[in-house]
Amino acid sequence: MSDSGYKSGSNLEKVLKAGHFAFTGECGPPKGANVGHLKEKMEPLRDMVDAINVTDNQTAVVRMSSKAASALMVMAGLEPNFQMVCRDRNRIAIQSDILGASALGIRNMLCLSGDHQQFGNHPESKNVFDIDSIQLIAVAKKMRDEGKFINDEAIDEPPKIFIGAASNPFGDPWQFRAHRLANKIDAGADFIQTQCIYNMERFREFMKQAVDMGLTGKTHILAGVTPMKSAGMANYMAKFVPGMDVPQELIKRLKGVDKKMQAEEGIKFALEQIEEFKQMEGVAGVHLMAIEWEHRVPEIAERAGVLPRPKVD
Amino acid sequence: MITAERKPLEEIINCVKPFERILLVGCNECVTVCAAGGRKEVGIVSSALQMAFLKQGKNLQIKEHTLERQCDPEYVEELSTMITGVDAVVSMACGCGVQEVARRFKTVPVFPAVNTKFMGASERQGIWAERCQGCGDCLLGVTGGICPIARCSKQLLNGPCGGSGSGKCEISPDVDCAWHLIWERLKALGLQDRYEQIIPAKDWRTGRGGGPRKIIREDLAE
Repeated sequence: MSDSGYKSGSNLEKVLKAGHFAFTGECGPPKGANVGHLKEKMEPLRDMVDAINVTDNQTAVVRMSSKAASALMVMAGLEPNFQMVCRDRNRIAIQSDILGASALGIRNMLCLSGDHQQFGNHPESKNVFDIDSIQLIAVAKKMRDEGKFINDEAIDEPPKIFIGAASNPFGDPWQFRAHRLANKIDAGADFIQTQCIYNMERFREFMKQAVDMGLTGKTHILAGVTPMKSAGMANYMAKFVPGMDVPQELIKRLKGVDKKMQAEEGIKFALEQIEEFKQMEGVAGVHLMAIEWEHRVPEIAERAGVLPRPKVD
Repeated sequence: MITAERKPLEEIINCVKPFERILLVGCNECVTVCAAGGRKEVGIVSSALQMAFLKQGKNLQIKEHTLERQCDPEYVEELSTMITGVDAVVSMACGCGVQEVARRFKTVPVFPAVNTKFMGASERQGIWAERCQGCGDCLLGVTGGICPIARCSKQLLNGPCGGSGSGKCEISPDVDCAWHLIWERLKALGLQDRYEQIIPAKDWRTGRGGGPRKIIREDLAE
């Protein structure tokens, strides 16, 4: 830990440590080298969120590198949460990218396994998975806290990274999920962002289990929210997105309103969720993944009552 | 064939330590040919385990059996009469055999006694070398019968890299440069022109890139 008492000194770390209800956003880099496009997507999030997740070739579709897009955010005075998947890098590239990210001023990192390339636009590719997401968390922690690489060699200047991990409370076998979360925390996850939540009942059970196991005292759990834009999107997510649990009642609720009003209904549901998360024991904040809807984030943040975002020095 | 090497005895002893009655199962196929887990090796491991246990004043009952093919449910079924009263199975087959036994007998723990290594061939007495990685889309027809995926350390498809020297790979003077071998072979066949054709990025879906694989033969499947 540094002299300041912070692990990385990121805004997200400060907000969480001060006990504020955190609010993070997300931005998918463009399918090209178009910086203007990236700016269009990230600017609406300015002052609306504590950190912006920058996805790493999500769904295995090639995009601008998450490290480069994160660095562009740093240059623009925004705080990125650099996502890194294990699919495309071996431990040499992983450790090199962690050092590079820190050198570029990136202070948060989310450690993920990564979607299988079969889902993406290069299904012919090989995957790497030299290490898995739990091992990645441990590598980042070892580099930061012990100043050592995975092979125990010394690092001349350790990276300053606030370490995040993902958790899916809905993957099967679901009773096992809290135990996997515990492993991620043991490995060194400072914060957790969950998969998009739609099944609130299941999530309440998951959080109760996490609280009972004492996990919420060891990390900060941010509940994942993705507003549904339409009943069609809800249907698609229920059927085709792996690990997603979309209850029929929600699809019915969206179908129950006029097509033009379905997006508003989706936002209303998201706002109801956020209200509940504010009160839910063990939930330290919300991670809003407004997929290709970055421009709606200010309105959602305003209506969710999370503005203005706290400033912690 | 699939090659294997016996695990260190210490490791096998540690696995069976908590048990009193084990079934030690060999396989009459590949692991017999590479002298890792056939009937003979089952006998050797059995004696070694018994001696190690006796030294510690413990008695270990060992049933020995070697199956014709441990990766075949038809033969694995033979164990059903022997497994009664057994605390654990120690398999000397490759990983396929170990898993087939575990799949059939759900309540008995199964431990591997060998490390499965690779698909290879015998170069000479006592030496086996890797030859195939099962990429699912064989290139040997264009690479002169020598596989760059299994035998080039970098799996280069348009090699050799700059690190090869005197026909050897940069990782070790004991490793042949696969592309040197390929080139020599193409020359001998008068097919040097083939080397000028660039092999495009491979579709790894037929290999492990596509996830765990399965073959379904409609004409044979029941």
